[in-house]
Amino acid sequence: MTEIPEHLRKRAEEARQKAAAASGADKPADAAPSETTAPDAESGGSTEGRIPVHLLDRSKAVANQPAPDADPAPAGGGTPAPSSGPDGHNQRLLTVVKSGSIQDAKSVPQDKVHVWPHLLVAEFLAALAVTLFLLAFSIFVNAPLLDLANFNQTPNPSKAPWYFLGLQEMLTMFHPMVAGVTIPGIGLILLAMAPYIDKNPSKAPEDRKFAISLMTVHLMFWAVLVMIGSFFRGPGFNFIFPWTSGLFFEL
Amino acid sequence: MVDSNGSKPTGQALAERVQGSQTWGSIFRPGSIFRKGYSDSPRNRSYVIMNSVLYHLHPVKVKRHAVKVSYTLCLGGLSFFLFIHLTVTGIFLMFFYRPTAAQAWNDILTLQTSVGFGLLVRNMHRWAAHLMVLSVFLHMARVFYHGAYKPPREFNWVVGVMLLQLTLLLSFTGYLLPWDQLALWAVTVGTNMMGFTPVFGPQVRFVLLGGVEIGTDTLLRWYVLHVLMLPFVTVIFMAIHFWRVRKDGGISGPL
Repeated sequence: MTEIPEHLRKRAEEARQKAAAASGADKPADAAPSETTAPDAESGGSTEGRIPVHLLDRSKAVANQPAPDADPAPAGGGTPAPSSGPDGHNQRLLTVVKSGSIQDAKSVPQDKVHVWPHLLVAEFLAALAVTLFLLAFSIFVNAPLLDLANFNQTPNPSKAPWYFLGLQEMLTMFHPMVAGVTIPGIGLILLAMAPYIDKNPSKAPEDRKFAISLMTVHLMFWAVLVMIGSFFRGPGFNFIFPWTSGLFFEL
Repeated sequence: MVDSNGSKPTGQALAERVQGSQTWGSIFRPGSIFRKGYSDSPRNRSYVIMNSVLYHLHPVKVKRHAVKVSYTLCLGGLSFFLFIHLTVTGIFLMFFYRPTAAQAWNDILTLQTSVGFGLLVRNMHRWAAHLMVLSVFLHMARVFYHGAYKPPREFNWVVGVMLLQLTLLLSFTGYLLPWDQLALWAVTVGTNMMGFTPVFGPQVRFVLLGGVEIGTDTLLRWYVLHVLMLPFVTVIFMAIHFWRVRKDGGISGPL
């Protein structure tokens, strides 16, 4: 037989004593219950608990019976081994452990859907839409190919790719070491460290007003600089209005 | 279906023979819908992912809110899709391009005028590149506004910032390759800026240009960076990025 944990054994013992005490209080004179008294006990004990009285009686009978090895000559000589039940079963319910107390199962299951088709269809449609957009755009708008590179002819203005135009815009205000390297370098490092700087555990927008404002200000700052660099800078990188002086911008 | 002779129609018999062959079985895993056919059932919906290469990207099931397009706007997935798109069109362009100052510009002109679909593919490559820079930027903003960089996803945000920089570098190195006036002077402006790096400025510029000024060596250097080294590094970072998305419990939210 497998080893029964100490706390389970104690609990079972207590339960058994309690049950014995309860039925003992009912019929204090009945020291050795037999099969003939069972109908009486059933009618008398129907109100007391959830455990059927005939089961209680059976367990009591087993408990009161002397251990087989202690008394080699039991009274009921013809009966089977005393620890067996009426059908020859010798297992007993020790305790009921509710699943929540020992299993690491989520009490509230998450609402999940199959990736196929719910996610894959959406992804496929998004990819299809972008492909069609690119195809249509590429049919109607050609990528620029200017004259052959010529070191002796500097175009006026000379502009970096659009995503660097914010930096080029800052070159008009600061020394190149500050505008071109230090500010973007520090900016990228701070950006990468954002999760370690922002210790606020909440993801709710109403709890993150400062973080959201800060990010929005920075994104807008860069967007405005890129816009100015792209559309509002003409020859000599001087400030112009595109609707009066024309567009000096190539993608 | 059995005809009067008791033998199956040849088409169906052939299909059964092919699907029962060792070759077919070696290509498609047990449980694959290409082995046993597909009918809509929860089990088969799982098998579509579980028994295909898609299992590298997606779990069998995701949170219901994770498939809401209004939450992600598909930006991360589209960035990845644009990367694939750029790889395919870029391989096409490589067949017609030689990275030397004497040949590069002429090769592009020939590609546009004499190669079937050459102009279209070049256009798509360029517009997809700009679109990818944009979508990566927007993806970053989306992730920030959802607070999705918070634990346990801190490190994946760092990987994402690396991917943003790699995207910018990929775009910038591609800018020089047509070897026209736009390419030359945009790169001149950009590399002059990098030359002001504190302490190592001149060295940084020398390494980037492969010399003291932009020339055919710069073109070769940026070509190798653009078609080989940066995509290689980017693929590694993307693999880590996608793997961490799944390991950190799928996408964040709902808010």
